Amino acid sequence: MAYGKKVLDHYEHPRNVGSLDKNDAQVGTGMVGAPACGDVMKLQIKVSDEGLIEDAKFKTYGCGSAIASSSLLTEWVRGKTLAEAGEIRNTDIAEELALPPVKIHCSVLAEDAIRAAIEDYEGKQARKADAPDEAQLAEAV
Amino acid sequence: MNDINLPIYLDYSATTPVDPRVAAKMRQYLTPDGEFGNPASRSHSFGWHAEEAVDEARKQVAELIGADPREIIWTSGGTESDNLAIKGAAHFYQKKGRHIVTVKTEHKAVLDTCRQLEREGFEVTYLAPQANGLLDLEELEASLRDDTVVVSVMHVNNEIGIVQDIGAIGKLTRERGIILHVDAAQGAGKIPIDVHAMQVDLMTLSAHKIYGPKGIGALYICRKPRVRLEAQIHGGGHERGLRSGTLPTHQIVGMGEAFRLAREELAEESARIRALRDRLWNGLNQMEEVYLNGDLEQRVPGNLNVSFNFVEGESLIMALKDVAVSSGSACTSASLEPSYVLRALGRNDELAHSSLRFTIGRFTTEEEIDYTISLIEQAVQRLRDLSPLWEMYQEGVDLDSVQWAVH
Repeated sequence: MAYGKKVLDHYEHPRNVGSLDKNDAQVGTGMVGAPACGDVMKLQIKVSDEGLIEDAKFKTYGCGSAIASSSLLTEWVRGKTLAEAGEIRNTDIAEELALPPVKIHCSVLAEDAIRAAIEDYEGKQARKADAPDEAQLAEAV
Repeated sequence: MNDINLPIYLDYSATTPVDPRVAAKMRQYLTPDGEFGNPASRSHSFGWHAEEAVDEARKQVAELIGADPREIIWTSGGTESDNLAIKGAAHFYQKKGRHIVTVKTEHKAVLDTCRQLEREGFEVTYLAPQANGLLDLEELEASLRDDTVVVSVMHVNNEIGIVQDIGAIGKLTRERGIILHVDAAQGAGKIPIDVHAMQVDLMTLSAHKIYGPKGIGALYICRKPRVRLEAQIHGGGHERGLRSGTLPTHQIVGMGEAFRLAREELAEESARIRALRDRLWNGLNQMEEVYLNGDLEQRVPGNLNVSFNFVEGESLIMALKDVAVSSGSACTSASLEPSYVLRALGRNDELAHSSLRFTIGRFTTEEEIDYTISLIEQAVQRLRDLSPLWEMYQEGVDLDSVQWAVH
């Protein structure tokens, strides 16, 4: 597969590789894809109290395009609000990386990953609002 | 390690370079000062000399597989030989029956030819190999019917390098009067072949897998018992009417010389290549979660097919810019399907996606193998650091228990 410069750059120097604490209430984790399909992306975002994505990390099992798509995504979502991040479309990623048609599904996976991460974070926040917070729990004891 | 020329070629099953000794011989059959004549020209010495060269090459090819020169006809390569053998025999013997037996791990030149025959009304049984790649002979025997006319089983598999027990298969087919076709493109010149001892009726041979030129192959057609074929290419009646078309003398001479060298050097060369292959496997096997695909013992010396779990094959190939290998990963294919050969072995898709095929040959050195091992160790480590699956594995998560959203 002959790749463009941007894919190769992200593949050779992936940005923001790593993991955040998935149990942290400020962290949203999106894991999409399947090993049997040849690609799995894990994207994590850390959201500040102001609702900004202050950190993003990824790990990806997959081809060069899948690695590049998720690496690019972590760069793009940093500093964005959840709403802004949720607006990133796979076509933006495919265009930026000049992905060949056969690799478009890698960018789709990246879009799925950020949405899953946002959903995970929002779910945690909703549960936190419903549940008594730790201070109340401490008082009850 | 300064004496290594990069990139390193470890894809000898895809093709081989022409041996310089072969190229030197071929050059004598092209230019005005050489023997450029048409071997079919009977009226002058240009033709006679070319015909002599073709006859000599036919003898050299026959000798490698224990055949008679009259049992060899020239084709354009392995694909054409497979087509001529299977279609030719199926068409000729169709009054006797219209059932064909082959194996799921055959080369596409065999599988697609069988598909075409299915469209013509033939029935084809595609046998699944065992987990080590080898055919279960009892299963093969059970598949044979009164109307079975052709069985096609490859000698050496191109992806995993395993060697089928052709002699045992030949015994089953010969006693039933069924034609046995063997695609030996990957086996000839690498392991000894005796078509008569193995009771093979038709055998596909290719030049460019054993240091001959591309674009030339041959088909062995057994004389005793006599095997008949219906021609697929019609014209001037060359090759006893079985394959018309002017014989490419330089290609044929190249194939003959390549087969002569292969025969003379087979024992020594296969021992050397096997040692290099074992060195590579011992090096790679030092890493965790590395799996060999296909049987190690019943295997051609130069082949190593390995899955690096939790690393996707295409991304690994990208990291190995300086090593030419091929992958069973979907992402290196246009179809996005992982290797059908590895899937037929029952390997899970993850391991098929994570596989690399290394094939070692005549010009591979020990230094190249050692360099390759170190490059792969670095690349696998780097990609595992990037892999969420590796992370989960390290945390003790059973990946099979995860509900993946298959897309």
